[in-house]
Amino acid sequence: MIELKRIIKAGFVNFARNGLISWAAVLIVTITLSVICSLVFLQAVLHSSLDQIKDKVDVTIYFNTGASEEKILALKSSIEKLPEVAQVSYVSASVALQNFRDRHSDDYPTIAALDEIADNPLGAYLNVKAKEVSQYESIANFLKSDNALVLGSSSIIDKINYHENKLVIDRLNSVINGADKLGFLITLILIILSVIIAFSTIRIAIFTAREEISVMRIVGASNMRIRGPFMIEGAIYGVIATIATMLMFWPAMAWFGRNMSSFLGMNLLSYYKSNFFQIFIIILLSGVLLGMISSSLAVRRYLKK
Amino acid sequence: MIYFNKVSKIYNQDSVALTDVNVTISSGEFVSIVGHSGAGKTTFIKMILADEHPTEGTVFFESLDVHKLKNSDLTKLRRRIGAVFQDFRLLPNKTAYENIAFAMEAAGKTDEEIASDVPHVLELVDLSNKMMNFPHQMSGGEKQRLAIARAIINQPELIIADEPTGNLDPVNAFEVIQILKKINDLGTTVILTTHNRMVVDSIGRRVITIEKGKVVRDDKDGKYII
Repeated sequence: MIELKRIIKAGFVNFARNGLISWAAVLIVTITLSVICSLVFLQAVLHSSLDQIKDKVDVTIYFNTGASEEKILALKSSIEKLPEVAQVSYVSASVALQNFRDRHSDDYPTIAALDEIADNPLGAYLNVKAKEVSQYESIANFLKSDNALVLGSSSIIDKINYHENKLVIDRLNSVINGADKLGFLITLILIILSVIIAFSTIRIAIFTAREEISVMRIVGASNMRIRGPFMIEGAIYGVIATIATMLMFWPAMAWFGRNMSSFLGMNLLSYYKSNFFQIFIIILLSGVLLGMISSSLAVRRYLKK
Repeated sequence: MIYFNKVSKIYNQDSVALTDVNVTISSGEFVSIVGHSGAGKTTFIKMILADEHPTEGTVFFESLDVHKLKNSDLTKLRRRIGAVFQDFRLLPNKTAYENIAFAMEAAGKTDEEIASDVPHVLELVDLSNKMMNFPHQMSGGEKQRLAIARAIINQPELIIADEPTGNLDPVNAFEVIQILKKINDLGTTVILTTHNRMVVDSIGRRVITIEKGKVVRDDKDGKYII
């Protein structure tokens, strides 16, 4: 216990006395943590954009004009039971007509033609959204198989637009998967690069203390007594760098939130605020572990027998 | 106490530091190891501290083969040895007080022991007024006296002094040698390396002469003869 107390105290004293070297290490760790933090936001933007695109994809089942609402609703509830389905929305024939009229309110000839016809020429339709883009095919296949549907419902279906949109949906699916993988790969590479830079800086900082380490060994200090204060110093780099990073990102995210929300499709400041605790923990753990592990590895070189 | 048994240290064919060295040093002795620069004196010292490993042969500290010790046992052995070097080897980021306190902490002493012993030993080497100074704020003689204070603080069985007067003027060198003699008089074994004739002759104890890695003379009550 007394040993631990001495190690922690020595870590703080060394940090204070190493002056510029300590602050240079803090700066580099701050840059590394900023890269990691930026990547957290980049992933958030990427995922929210992909979610928005995914949300635009759906399959519509158009019904014949005479199809009874009862049968359609029965079909709706059976589709809702499918595990792949996220949401099914029903648009009745009259609502479909009203929507059509609203969309074409400026198009006088079309509205006039519509008025000529006494009956509603439009059928009702169901809008089906899957949980994953890749699941549309299986939903479409399910709808095609007659026995899966409510008895006799295949006769009321006019058409399903999945097959018309199949190419686009498949393309989109592969783009989304690709973007996801690429985003992850870039994140990984950037994190590895910045960790290597931080590790090298800490190694240089400890290289200047190699004589000191050899003196400590000659005096008979245990390896933990030598390594411990360096690890505490590393942890201090991490904590200060975390605070600096979190403080720097606040105004940056406020700017993004104010000026870039529509472009990015999300408000980064509100994302930052609502996930502040999680981001803080991720950055703090990254910083402290980076500092402690780098220091420990760097000192180990000089602790050989 | 110390036994060198056929010890050789060969870095490469052109660089042989020690060749077939057989030396026994008894407890309580004051031994001066003399020789020109590069003769192998420092390698001899480093062998005892296990800071260098022999290419051949064994070095014993009492019954311990120092080069076969586990890391933790080696740490314990080093606490039984006080070391003083030509370049002082103080901890630059620690004050005089903290340099000595560190050696006591390493030996597992309590805070109370540290608080009472450190001022006392600094007084012994006449550094009471430099207690809170960093090494870079001290003169060469003061640094060496601090290094000696650090070496003796844990009451070691052996003091190793590797050219302790090398960077000092004659007055400071004389002072350092007087302190080492006093330590020896109190029963601690002292091994001193030097190439300073005046220092060796003023001590008048056992002298081992090393030339090109070989022990060429070993005289009781010796003089500096090369």
